Order: sequence, then C-alpha cells, then structure tokens
Amino acid sequence: MTEPVLSVRNLRVEFPVRGGVLTALNDVSLEIRAGEILGVVGESGAGKSMTGLAVQSLLEPPGRIAGGEVILNGRRIDHLSETEMQKIRGREIGAIFQDPLTSLNPLFTVGAQLSETIRLHLDMSKREAKSRAVELLKQVGIPAPEERVNHYPHQFSGGMRQRVVIALALAANPKLIIADEPTTALDVSIQAQIIALLRRLCDDLGTAVMLVTHDMGVIAEAADRVAVMYAGRLAEIGPVREVLSNPSHPYTRGLMGSIPALGARVKMLRQIDGSMPRLNAIPQGCAFNPRCQVSGPRCFQDRPDLFPAGQGQAACWHVQGGVQ
Amino acid sequence: MTRPFALRVRNLSRKFDVSAPWLNRVVERKPKQYVMAVDDVSFDVPKGGCLSLVGESGCGKSTVARLVTGLYPPSNGSLEFTPDINGAPLSAQMIFQDPYASLNPRWKVRDIIAEPLRELKLRETEEEILARVAELLTTVGLSPNDGGKFPHEFSGGQRQRISIARALATEPRFLVCDEPTSALDVSVQAQILNLMRRLQDEMGLTYLFISHDLSVVRHMSDRIAVMYLGRIVEEAETETLFANPRHPYTQLLMQTIPNIEHPKRAREVTTGEVPSPLNPPKGCAFHPRCPLADARCSAERPAVLTLKDGNRVACHRVEEAEGDSARELTGPNSLSA
Repeated sequence: MTEPVLSVRNLRVEFPVRGGVLTALNDVSLEIRAGEILGVVGESGAGKSMTGLAVQSLLEPPGRIAGGEVILNGRRIDHLSETEMQKIRGREIGAIFQDPLTSLNPLFTVGAQLSETIRLHLDMSKREAKSRAVELLKQVGIPAPEERVNHYPHQFSGGMRQRVVIALALAANPKLIIADEPTTALDVSIQAQIIALLRRLCDDLGTAVMLVTHDMGVIAEAADRVAVMYAGRLAEIGPVREVLSNPSHPYTRGLMGSIPALGARVKMLRQIDGSMPRLNAIPQGCAFNPRCQVSGPRCFQDRPDLFPAGQGQAACWHVQGGVQ
Repeated sequence: MTRPFALRVRNLSRKFDVSAPWLNRVVERKPKQYVMAVDDVSFDVPKGGCLSLVGESGCGKSTVARLVTGLYPPSNGSLEFTPDINGAPLSAQMIFQDPYASLNPRWKVRDIIAEPLRELKLRETEEEILARVAELLTTVGLSPNDGGKFPHEFSGGQRQRISIARALATEPRFLVCDEPTSALDVSVQAQILNLMRRLQDEMGLTYLFISHDLSVVRHMSDRIAVMYLGRIVEEAETETLFANPRHPYTQLLMQTIPNIEHPKRAREVTTGEVPSPLNPPKGCAFHPRCPLADARCSAERPAVLTLKDGNRVACHRVEEAEGDSARELTGPNSLSA
C-alpha cells in the first residue's frame, strides 16, 4: 500500500461562542491516496466544507482546530504558521471553489492570473510561465488557448470559467486538490463536462481530489470512495458502489431513498422526517437518533464510533453490538 | 389528450428590452436590443395533472411561470384558464424558489399567510382569518402555534411549507411552482415533494412545475416540456420522454443525469454550451451543439410537429424520419384534438 497523500486523524474543529463552545467537526478521520477522488457528501451544515477548509487552515476565526492532525505527504500541517501555510496552499494543495466568477480577479487576464500563481510557486521565467499557462488551459479543454490566455474572466462562460479555476488549481502541480461544490453553480450539461474533466485529470496526473458536494449524483459519477457526513461527524465511509447501492447507515439509506429514482416510479418518496440538529443542540448518543426509524435505547445513550461494515465503515450501533 | 385542460397557452412570447441607456445608444450609435425570453410557446396543462418545464438556465422557463401568473404581461400570444365549476376563472398561485427571499422577515408567519385572505377579503372576521391560518398550517405539516413565530426561526424546508400554506390560502386550483425544491437539501426535498403530491391528491390541484432537475421532474409530472433558448423543443408524456427522447437536446439532457443506482458508469461527455439568448443562432437554436445538424438546420428553424402519439417535437431530423406520420402544427386547435 502506498502512503496516502492526505490523512486526517480525529480532526476536531471548535467555534468558541458566547456561553460555550460549538463543535463543528468532531472526530473526523479520512485518507485520500494518489489518483483517488474522495467524495465528501452531506446536507447543509453537516461540516463537509468545514473539513476542506480545516485541511487548508482557512477556518474563519474564531474557528480553530482543537484536536487531531492533518498529514499531507507525510508532513503534519495543522499546526503550521500562516506564512508556512501560504507556501503549501497552491503549491501542494490546489483549491476549486463553488463560484468561478468570484474566484477569479476580474481586472486581470486569466493568463496573468495563471502566470502569477505559476511563478509564485515554481521557478520559471515570465515566458516559461506564459507557455505553461497556455499548456494548462489546453489541458482543461479550453479551445484556442493561445488566444484565450489574453482574455478577461468576463469573456468566459460559466463552464469555461470553472475550467480556468481548475487550471489555476493545477498551476503548480499540487498533489491534492480540494474541490468545494465545483459544479453546483453550473447547468447540468456543463456539470457533466466538469466532472469528466476532474476524473480525467485525476487519472492522468495522479492527483488526489477531495470532492465536497451535496449532490449524490456528482458523487456517483466522479468519486472512488465516499464519506457521508452528518452533524459534524462521519456517518459512513467506503467505496462508492458499496455506500450508494448497499448503505449501512440508516441516514445514508434515507438519503438514497429521498432521491427520486430513475428506475421504477413511486408515488411517494421515502422521506426522513425532521431536519439536521443545530450545532448547539446535538442530541446525546447518536446525533441521528431523533430522525432514525430503527433506533434503540443504546442510540440515545452512547455515541457509536466508526465500525467496519462491508468494505467500508459506518457509525451505527446496528453495524456492531446492536441497539439494545 | 382527452383530459380537459386547466390552462391553455398559445403562441406565448415575451420580449425584453435590454438596450443600453439612451445616451449610450446615441453616442455609440448602437441599435435597440431585445431578448426573446419566451418565443412562440404553446402548451396545455391537463386538469388535476402536472406539466413540467425543464431546461438549463436562461431557457425561459421561469419567464413562462411569471407570464402564467401575470407577473409579466405577455408581448404576444394568449393564456386561457378553464372556468371553475362556479364559472369564475380558475385561480392560480405561485411558489417561489428561494424560501429565504420570498417571506417578509419582519412579519409573523400568521400575517404572511393571512395576507392574501385579508387583501382579497376572503374571510369576514379576524377569528375566521386566524382559524383559516391555523388550518393551513396544519395542512402543510406545521403546528398552529408556529403562526406566532418569525420566518428566521424556521429551517429552509419549513419555510417552503409556509410558502405553500400562503399559496393555498386563496384556495387556488392551479399552482405554479418555480424550482420549489432546488434550494433545499435532498432529505427535505423529499418531504416537500411528498407534501405537494399529497395536496394534489386531496385538493385536486393542477401544477405547472418548473425545474432543471430531471429526476425530480420525472417523479412529479405527467407531461414534460423541454425548453431551449425560449422555445419548446419537445413535449411528451413523462414515460415516453424518458424511454424515447426524440430531440437531440433531450437526448443530451438524458445523458447528463447521474445514475446513483449504478455509480461510475463510463459515459459520453457532451460538448458545447448554451449560446447567449442575446444572439441566438440562426435556424435551429440547437444546431451548433447538435451531432445531427446539417445545412438545413443552420438555415431554417424547425416547426413544432405533433406526432402520431400526441407528443410534439421541433427538429428537422425527427421530421424527416417520422414526417409521414406527423402533421405540422397549424393552429391552436390541432393541439388538443
């Protein structure tokens, strides 16, 4: 087995607020290997974006990493200073955000923005950087890159802009890319193109990708493994086929049931009643217990850890030990 | 279609003026510029059924919703609602996409829901109004006590329930739902879709449903109309459309639906993007992206054909293949024969 590119162990993120501390992430552990796409999925507020931000040390103060470690290419990075992190961001971790328009500076040509990033991290002359910028645009499938490199972001369409952002993330050949909802702002036909592009780059360049999304469809198309998050914890993690076709956690099962299937048509969808608890009101025991249809007395007392389930892991007493 | 229609739309068009300001036009010698947001759209919504409009952003589906509810006046064409049993025209209401923007944050939920009742004087006394509000809150799965709270105290799904309660306040027969679940998480989306289904069964509502999510659309609708750059390119029964999409654009959309039951299948990636509606391509608007396009497609705009099975499609290739069995849509009457 090769060493994972990113390994997160027992990560805990806290936000001190008036009258207490909110735990936004609790005991999150995951690994991503080279050439692998890990999908991180969950509903709003589950902590999926927070995981991506914590890895890059981009938490908004007063949020802070209160425990656990983040190891990138064998080096622990969660306690580094801001100056040291700046060298890592862009060089070793590339980031793709949801809205391609706000991730690009409207006042500079895309070529200038690409060259800036390239020259910041790689030792290159202006001329070399420019030709690498063209090369990158070509790699992400932008037609006529020699011409497009001199265009401004507003001259690109939404899908093309997101390609530029991907090129920007790839500029310094990072080993890890964190893509936070990269397709959410795009139309469905463009979304399919961007997913295919991510998939191809991941295969060709051996980049590890953390794909954060709320869309199970995107996960199904792109990811190798998937981590399902609920109320700041991992509910289930495993190979994408296993988790989507044969989920072990009742929450994942409910989530899959609430998506209208393309196979047989049903009159009513299976629904999970209620909504995710707020961070200041996470119930004792398993956080999913108020919405769970198969909960037992144990679920209300003890919090389940991630137990082996099939080829993956699930945090549910049903998987290990029973609910009584 | 033998079912009576609830809404009949014929040759509906809406043009928007997107010209530069007057002085710029004079100085820069620019002409006036218009966008045909909706261009010659005709459809019927069957009574008690659900017609969905699907398409990508900028295809005009939301403009159709606003035209139907009268939020925009049409530039051309007609809208006809079937009269209700008592002869009054069928009443329509709308549910909006963003439950955070569509509720007044300074009003209590009770007042938000009571506004249409008070405005249209549907109830005589304050007690009757409050009783009706409590009844509506119960109908959408909230507690009557929630009426005293403000919108910020509710989650996205609960707010969408409040929007639905407000829309139902006037006892409409027809609901226009503009992306009612796209701002919601999937588990909450399922709750709202189930609620809408239940209300349809209990109250015999008719829906005009607008969405870009094909799996949601398939779950909700009887018929689907696919729009591209302001025009309907295909309209068919839900099952027919999914089993046998005829228009190349519909086929493209079908390919892009991720299949969560069989993850990681290899699939063809489509190329191209939606052109700007400011400057739509000549001929068939889809021809620059169409794998089947030829010279005719870039020169001549295809008419909407009604096929033998009652489905409609606007494509030269389909017309050539099935032309003998199809007849051209000539007037308003040929649609609902």
